[in-house]
Amino acid sequence: MKRPVCIPILLASFLLFLNATNDPNSYAIGDIAEDFRLQNVDGKMVSLSDFPDAKGFIIVFTCNHCPYAQIYEQRIINLHKKFNPKGFPVIAINPNDAEIVPDDSFDEMVRRAAAKRYPFVYLHDADQTVYPKFGANRTPHVFVLNKDKVVRYIGAIDDNPETPSAVRKKYVENAVEAVLRDERPNPDLTRAIGCPIKRKRH
Amino acid sequence: MRNLYLISFICLLSVPNALWGQVFTVYDSFNELEKRIQQVDEHTTLVINFWATWCGPCVEELPSFDELYQKHADTDFQVIMVSLDFKSRLEKTLVPFLEKNPLKPEIALLADQDADSWIPQIHPNWEGTIPATVVIRGGQRSLFPEKFQSYEALESFVLNFVNKVQKATCMGSKGTR
Repeated sequence: MKRPVCIPILLASFLLFLNATNDPNSYAIGDIAEDFRLQNVDGKMVSLSDFPDAKGFIIVFTCNHCPYAQIYEQRIINLHKKFNPKGFPVIAINPNDAEIVPDDSFDEMVRRAAAKRYPFVYLHDADQTVYPKFGANRTPHVFVLNKDKVVRYIGAIDDNPETPSAVRKKYVENAVEAVLRDERPNPDLTRAIGCPIKRKRH
Repeated sequence: MRNLYLISFICLLSVPNALWGQVFTVYDSFNELEKRIQQVDEHTTLVINFWATWCGPCVEELPSFDELYQKHADTDFQVIMVSLDFKSRLEKTLVPFLEKNPLKPEIALLADQDADSWIPQIHPNWEGTIPATVVIRGGQRSLFPEKFQSYEALESFVLNFVNKVQKATCMGSKGTR
């Protein structure tokens, strides 16, 4: 019986090969995201289940130090201000390892959230267990979930990081509005430049 | 529109004794960069690295690209370092960085902000994380969407791909004989 041994090896090497670019175990459009429990900048632990009336979530993997995260900071605040009243809050998560980027430590998160008056929760993925499930690989990287935590959009906030006034396509706004209408966003997947997420050294 | 920036000229304004400098090209739209890519013929290997001054892992691997350029660059082997720094902050980011850390390969800045439109044109598997390196030869492309751990890793990635393409070309010509 050679085959049962051979196939898992082939499969494993294939998965390993895939892993070089995309994590096959991370969420794709249509997958249901697992809930998580992470510390907010106010010290409290936060889960998606803490928002029982939410019509969806704008999950943004972002951080303090990254120029792309900084250039989008005000736009992330605006997204929350626009959609939180409609039951669609921003959930910001910092996935970076503070040993590699001291500016992204929990204390620095608390400072930045206070200085910029973040109206949304800003959570710390301290064990780096949440961002790999989402398949986040850069900051900012957005995942729009519907009320049942089904992933409906993955990608960029809009099509012009450098010049907000020149934005033509507001990807996340359009995705949230589509989810609110119970429709599928189009596009539901966009690519963007961003800062690579800093994984803890082992 | 394509602009040539001569850093030494900018240096002269601020640091009078900085007479050396590096030239780089600003590509406002991806199509302009694509034209540059299309300039190479099928026997030329083109290595393109996407980086930015604010990207720590990108900056760490820059010396490997200098070395690759020094060891291999000739008319059949070209290296382009494409910075994704913001054009509006050029004088505060890329220009002073290159003054301090001059690079040997060709340098460019891609200012096209509509990344979703051009990232897949570089390589269908690239999600936009940097550093990212793509090797192009004979109409084929190979992507490495991470930092190279060493110069040797970069060199073997490039040369393995070149060998593969050359072998395929050989076999193809045998087949059609």
